[in-house]
Amino acid sequence: MKEETKLNESTGYWRGVWTEYKRDKLSVLAMFLIFSLFLVAVFDDLLAGKKPIIMKYQNNIYSPAVFNHKKLIGMDFSDQDEIKDISSFVIFPPVKYSATENDLFSVLSPPDKNHYFGTDDRGRDVLSRMIHGTKISLSIGFVAVGIAFIIGITLGGIAGYYGGRTDFVISRLFEIMITFPVFFLILTILAFRDPSIYNIMIVLGATGWTGIARLIRGDFLKIRNYDYITAQRALGANDIRIMFVHILPNALAPVLVAATFGIAGAILTESALSFLGFGVPPPTPSWGDVLSQSKKYIDFAWWLVIFPGLAIFLTVTSFNLVGEGFRNALDPKLRGR
Amino acid sequence: MKSYIVKRLLLAIPTLLGITIITFGIIQLAPGNPVERNQQLEQGIQSEQITKEIIEQTKKLYGLDKPIHIQYWIWLKRIATFDFGDSYKDHRPVIDKIKERLPITLTLNIISIFLVYIIAVPIGIMSAIKDRSLLDRITTFLLFGLYSIPSFWLAMMLIYFLGGGEHWDIFPIYGIQSANAESFSFFKKLTDFLWHITLPVICLTYADFASLSRYQKGSLLEVLRENYVRTARAKGLSEKTVILKHVLRNSVIPIITIVSAILPAMIGGSVIIESIFSIPGIGQLGFEAILSRDYPLIMAITTITAFLTLIGILIADIAYVLVDPRITFEGRN
Amino acid sequence: MENILEIKNLSVSIGDKQNGFEVVSDVSISVPKGKVIGIVGESGCGKTITALSVIKLLPDPPAKITSGEIIFKNRNLLELSDEQLRLIRGNEISMIFQEPVSSLNPVFTIGEQIGETIRTHNKINRKEERDRVIELLKLVDIPDPERRYSNYPHEMSGGMCQRVMIAMALCCNPDLLIADEPTTALDVTVEAGIIELINNLRNEIGMSVILITHDFGIISEIADEIYVMYAGRIVENAKNELLFNNPKHPYTIGLLNSIPDLNDIKNKYLKMIPGNIPSPQNYPKGCRFNDRCEMMIDKCKRSVPLLEKVENEHESACFRSGEINL
Repeated sequence: MKEETKLNESTGYWRGVWTEYKRDKLSVLAMFLIFSLFLVAVFDDLLAGKKPIIMKYQNNIYSPAVFNHKKLIGMDFSDQDEIKDISSFVIFPPVKYSATENDLFSVLSPPDKNHYFGTDDRGRDVLSRMIHGTKISLSIGFVAVGIAFIIGITLGGIAGYYGGRTDFVISRLFEIMITFPVFFLILTILAFRDPSIYNIMIVLGATGWTGIARLIRGDFLKIRNYDYITAQRALGANDIRIMFVHILPNALAPVLVAATFGIAGAILTESALSFLGFGVPPPTPSWGDVLSQSKKYIDFAWWLVIFPGLAIFLTVTSFNLVGEGFRNALDPKLRGR
Repeated sequence: MKSYIVKRLLLAIPTLLGITIITFGIIQLAPGNPVERNQQLEQGIQSEQITKEIIEQTKKLYGLDKPIHIQYWIWLKRIATFDFGDSYKDHRPVIDKIKERLPITLTLNIISIFLVYIIAVPIGIMSAIKDRSLLDRITTFLLFGLYSIPSFWLAMMLIYFLGGGEHWDIFPIYGIQSANAESFSFFKKLTDFLWHITLPVICLTYADFASLSRYQKGSLLEVLRENYVRTARAKGLSEKTVILKHVLRNSVIPIITIVSAILPAMIGGSVIIESIFSIPGIGQLGFEAILSRDYPLIMAITTITAFLTLIGILIADIAYVLVDPRITFEGRN
Repeated sequence: MENILEIKNLSVSIGDKQNGFEVVSDVSISVPKGKVIGIVGESGCGKTITALSVIKLLPDPPAKITSGEIIFKNRNLLELSDEQLRLIRGNEISMIFQEPVSSLNPVFTIGEQIGETIRTHNKINRKEERDRVIELLKLVDIPDPERRYSNYPHEMSGGMCQRVMIAMALCCNPDLLIADEPTTALDVTVEAGIIELINNLRNEIGMSVILITHDFGIISEIADEIYVMYAGRIVENAKNELLFNNPKHPYTIGLLNSIPDLNDIKNKYLKMIPGNIPSPQNYPKGCRFNDRCEMMIDKCKRSVPLLEKVENEHESACFRSGEINL
């Protein structure tokens, strides 16, 4: 007696991973947090700054926080009361200080109703610096890991796919990179070159690819012997196509985990660099930079220590949680527990 | 097994050469001509102007005016004889300055690595045995949080709360021995030393507790799934014997290789920690060298730390082979 | 004939109360002393789980023995404490597994692993232990035993490792050996050697054996009695010759028919049993074979057929077994 067996709708691989990921509520929360940080970074000018979000002036609507309006060139936004007077309607960002304005009358003041997070030794509003620093930290994290990703996949892929002598040489390169004291190396290179945000991203990326490369190499070594790769060769696909279209997608999953942890690490490293004075040059705000000031004033200016420290901690923890969540979601042995 | 050791050592040679090539490349990055040098006054860092004298010295030291392959050859020869030149700051031979400070950093790092393993491995094992219990969840949570704390921030917190000032004054925060340490007995000197390095060691080790214990837990859980564990139970061995004899050794073996990952990171972390706690090690030396653009010193420290790390990795690899009878050369990776 | 082991109405479930399902249902097997009992069936039918239940090696969670008794030497093994059970494992009841190389610990020598078993259940000094191990290695036909004593598992072939496993299983002279697919992972020629070894040992020592396999060839050669399992239930059991000459269950017939016959080259198609083995979450109601059975009638969908005697030393769980005559 035969019965018609229904074909179950198969879920795609990544769909399944996401379903599994969602089971860990903490990881979902972390992802949500990161998304919020992302929003803060994108809308930083709308959250903190002197320029109005919306302003109706002479019967036209402008958004100086977002655009450099030609008609408003030369307008002085430093006095918000004045702007209020000349506009018929205006909405300012919730934090009304920019990240770079000095106010020597309120140097090192504790958090109060004006400066929610207090001020630093130049009277700059800490909250505003934190908000604007988000973009710096996140972008350094992502770009650095992006660079590491590209280098890692290329080198790891070539090593794993071609094997033999190519693998030998590239593996030696891995080993060399691993033996170098990376942090010291970064400091050295940054000392030799002018520290700019791009140099930092490049250096972090150029020194952090070994983990990803190793993973990719391992997977490529394994997968290139699979039958379906042989079949592709028989069909005439060339090497590059095989590597990037057929093997790579299957090797990406653990790399995703490594990359997420990598972003966390990059943010930590960047804050350490800023702390030591080798981070993004002033006056660009960065979390580590606020912390580096706190060195001198630790005895009483607790707000300079707590807020940026907390920000770094929460961000790094979130990325680690997301990475962890992905790792658990991708592990077939943990499914359906 | 012997052949593996020999092969492994031979393999290290190209890596050694590679290190010299890369450090050579870094020298090339150093400004040797009067390029604009931003004074980072805002950050409060003192840096010296690149004077003509320094440029000339650098040129002579590294032969920067000669063709590049000659430069490299000069560099290689100098490394072989440990002649890294004289420090720009005080004109003492760089190698002497390093010799003075190296033992301290080494001691600190070796103690730290031991500590990490002694604490993380049992935590990982307990974590695996009590997987998903309340205790395990709390431990994982705490360690996870610890892992995300920036080391310099922790250092500052420790100094603030435990190092005198407003709060408790339990630990010293400066240097590695008290001012009057010369008059101490050996034993007292030892305790004084340990007391001084407590806070720095905490800062060097806390993050690795989390990662190593996590690896240990994973390794143990994996071993528990192996067929030979089932066999051990089927033979009538007590659960205690199964875990202590059959599971433990197999699960710790892969953890040994993680030293290769911890070591370089720790040495890098030494730079920050030594500077914050004023520990006279090569981390602090290196940082000061960078601040004062003392190129010979910088290059020497980079090269030597890379070499030392390589030695550390080799030791870990060889130790692995001694412990696991399965290793043939190809099977290692 | 005395039974060394009696499994009575054993049922095993996997999972918890919300999403649990039964993988072994109401299985009863009797092992007479000195006989080889074969349990045969396809992958997933529950034969391994049944075997693991005897000495309680099931991973719990998620597997749970929900009912039944396992009587060994007048004791119900399921009621014993862990400590009591431990004294029986490797000592009175031994088990060998499918993957011999990975079933041995890679960081200890095989001499140490066999010796350890002896040491666990006997007071013995090192020298005596080593002698005994070498004796056992000779017993299982391992050449050059003195040298092999210090070998590691990865230095030996699969067949040799299985012999080591057998040596380890026998070292304390157990009454019962449970062999779970001992040759499935081995080459055919090696397989023959292992089976012959088990056979000889049974003849020489009078050991009782439960042999689990999906290979009818092995079963026909060495088993005295055979139990056929399907979807967690026993569907037929009989003396060796009776099962092959006069099968009385549609599943058994289907299995026997699907074995390709070298002599019958005229038939171009392999006779298959239509359909697929159901997964334990979806076992059909009534007779679990009903959706694949050529002889299915209405009753099969509603009630579970129980094992009934069809002739001496032959039982079948089919409502229409009486109509089957080959």
